[in-house]
Amino acid sequence: MKYIVCLKQTPDTAELPKITPEQALKGNEGVTKVMNPWDEYAVEEGIRLKERFGGETVAMSVGPDEVDEALKSAIAMGCDRAVRLWDEAFADSDYWSMALILAKGIEKDGGADIVLTGKMSVDGNAGAVAHGIACKLGVSLLTQVAKIVEVGDGKITVERLLDEGRETVTAPLPAVISVVKEINEPRYPTFIRIRKASRAQIPVFSAADLGIDPAQVGAAAARVTWTNLVKPEPKKREVVIIEGDTPEEKARKLLEYLIDVEKVL
Amino acid sequence: MHFWFNDEHEMLRNVVREFSEKEIRPKIRELDEKEEFDREILDKMAEMGFLGVCIPARYGGAGMDYIALGIVSEMLEWGDTAFRETISVHVALNSLAILQWGTEEQKQRWLVPQARGEKIACFGLTEPDAGSDVRNMRSRAVRKGDVYILNGEKMWITLADVADHFLVFAKTDPEAGHRGISAFLLERGMKGLKTGTIHGKMGARASNTGFIVMEDVEVPVENRLGEEGEGFKIAMSALDNGRYTVAAGATGVIRACLEESIAYAKQRVAFGRPIAEYQLVQQMIANMQQRLDIATLLTYRAGWMKNQGLRNTRETSLAKWYATEAAFASANEAIQIHGAYGYSNEYNVERYLRNAKGAVIYEGTSQIHTLLQAQYALGYRVDKPLRCELPPYDAEEWSREA
Ligand SMILES: Cc1cc2nc3c(=O)[nH]c(=O)nc-3n(C[C@H](O)[C@H](O)[C@H](O)COP(=O)(O)OP(=O)(O)OC[C@H]3O[C@@H](n4cnc5c(N)ncnc54)[C@H](O)[C@@H]3O)c2cc1C
Ligand SMILES: Cc1cc2nc3c(=O)[nH]c(=O)nc-3n(C[C@H](O)[C@H](O)[C@H](O)COP(=O)(O)OP(=O)(O)OC[C@H]3O[C@@H](n4cnc5c(N)ncnc54)[C@H](O)[C@@H]3O)c2cc1C
Repeated sequence: MKYIVCLKQTPDTAELPKITPEQALKGNEGVTKVMNPWDEYAVEEGIRLKERFGGETVAMSVGPDEVDEALKSAIAMGCDRAVRLWDEAFADSDYWSMALILAKGIEKDGGADIVLTGKMSVDGNAGAVAHGIACKLGVSLLTQVAKIVEVGDGKITVERLLDEGRETVTAPLPAVISVVKEINEPRYPTFIRIRKASRAQIPVFSAADLGIDPAQVGAAAARVTWTNLVKPEPKKREVVIIEGDTPEEKARKLLEYLIDVEKVL
Repeated sequence: MHFWFNDEHEMLRNVVREFSEKEIRPKIRELDEKEEFDREILDKMAEMGFLGVCIPARYGGAGMDYIALGIVSEMLEWGDTAFRETISVHVALNSLAILQWGTEEQKQRWLVPQARGEKIACFGLTEPDAGSDVRNMRSRAVRKGDVYILNGEKMWITLADVADHFLVFAKTDPEAGHRGISAFLLERGMKGLKTGTIHGKMGARASNTGFIVMEDVEVPVENRLGEEGEGFKIAMSALDNGRYTVAAGATGVIRACLEESIAYAKQRVAFGRPIAEYQLVQQMIANMQQRLDIATLLTYRAGWMKNQGLRNTRETSLAKWYATEAAFASANEAIQIHGAYGYSNEYNVERYLRNAKGAVIYEGTSQIHTLLQAQYALGYRVDKPLRCELPPYDAEEWSREA
């Protein structure tokens, strides 16, 4: 069995509030970047799959040099190796192009029985890449996966987390699955693995290596572009203290306030 | 010459910071209040490799370097002193002493399970009547054929009540002053060996500090670390490593004080403006930044020297002296910046002050380090080569599996 985890490097969530819409639009956030927190669950599940069913787990990401850091974190957690896909032509690709690049990367690496992704990225928030990869590879897609029940006989059975419950579904392999945080508790890397990961050599594949026509990807090929970004207004909180001599009076005043002023009743 | 950490160090720093953030900080107020040592956190540390961070892989360690030992100490104490103290005694004072002075058999028997985190180790030097003045210790070891009979009491011993393995010092020749001290490896379960916990400490309350009582404990001759009479040198060389972790830990305290003071000063408004905008507050922030950089440079210089295999007794002593005093001063100012809130345990800073005070006492009081520095400067003290030196870091050798 072979598992490929697609992961993204995103701004540290602690620093997300510092980013302005202008910086986000330019793709130049100027903050510390780490592995997308949702992807940590995908990495963890990729490692657990290997532990449960045997095989190899590979981490894959699209991005420049700095992305090696997130890939090394994945190796430190337990992935066997990592692959990076990068070319200047890939810059500013939309989800669809990103899915194409990853699908080509997966094919270049010899394919996979199961491709894992996080539910979405904390910066883009689209959750569309998994769909795109499955589409491009022409394989099963399972989203919102909260548990992998069984893998075998060319099939995978998972529990999907729905708004009002869980459903168990089976699909033929190969499959792309996107996982939710309920699926596991990502492990800390051991120090031995940190030592090994920090010295890992990560191969990089360009558009030419992947057989991608540069016109198919990047800003020019994007079907989706961000035309505007706004930050939500910070939530305003107000405290009203209801005064009164007796509990009954306070309750009456509170009721009047809710009906007349706030009009919530 | 360069001043940056490599990828391995950066990854390690991030992971240990995350560990402190998620595993230590949420629990620490309660652990501190109740004076509780958290075995669960220790077990997680053991599993990840904290307990053998800079021990070669073939002895069960993670095979990282001495800088990594500093980073682990710094970022653990950024969480809380208690867990850095565990590293100081288990790794630096005990395990590295075995790596430096132990025979191959002793390394297999004691170091391997310690580096793997299967056995916990401590260091027993101080006694009720002998702290700074080690020579004055009363513990005795009398040889009888193939065993030594140990009698005596050790006090203020970190992890005394938790440890499985004990490195203790006792006099084999009471007439010979410091040349009459020898070092022994003891283990829990030996007849006549008892331990207990000391309660009521001002700081490091989530650490276990206790005493060891030895009543006619029979210790096989093969448990003697080094030669007879070499105990004082072994203790002092172990302190070169222990003090390094204390210095690194103190750097973590300064870092925490600075980070939390900055955050608080930016959001606390007085007289219509965030207090961060007042120069008298800025003075305190600047002081902390200055101390953080100095402590960092002094500490990692010592770590770098260890990697190179250079004798670093003076440099480590200076780093320990400076960084621990700087941590205490920073915690004091951090409380000041936090006003009345800083005076309560709603915030971390009052704990930092209580914790930081311990570190200017143990592993050589500030007075002892002051005297040492003067003696070096005046030429009254010169370090002589040791029979066994701490091995320099060799990346390939350290990652070689057994
Ligand atoms: C939390 C904690 C954990 C500890 N853990 C350990 C441990 O794991 N293992 C261990 O062996 N010990 C441990 N210790 C003990 C510690 O190392 C001693 O407390 C320290 O060495 C000082 O010794 P003392 O307390 O006996 O003070 P003393 O030596 O009695 O000193 C008292 C005062 O006199 C001063 N003084 C002494 N001699 C001189 C001099 N010549 N000139 C000027 N001033 C001097 C000192 O600076 C100090 O201010 C720990 C202590 C604490 C508080
Ligand atoms: C044990 C205890 C008992 C107390 N008892 C009482 C009591 O009985 N009655 C009572 O009314 N209060 C009491 N207090 C509150 C005490 O008076 C306040 O804590 C004190 O006035 C400081 O206010 P603060 O804590 O809000 O700090 P802040 O005013 O928020 O100050 C925070 C920091 O900013 C600095 N700062 C603020 N403004 C400036 C400026 N313009 N320039 C430079 N630096 C500035 C301060 O010096 C301090 O370092 C008590 C406090 C304690 C700790």
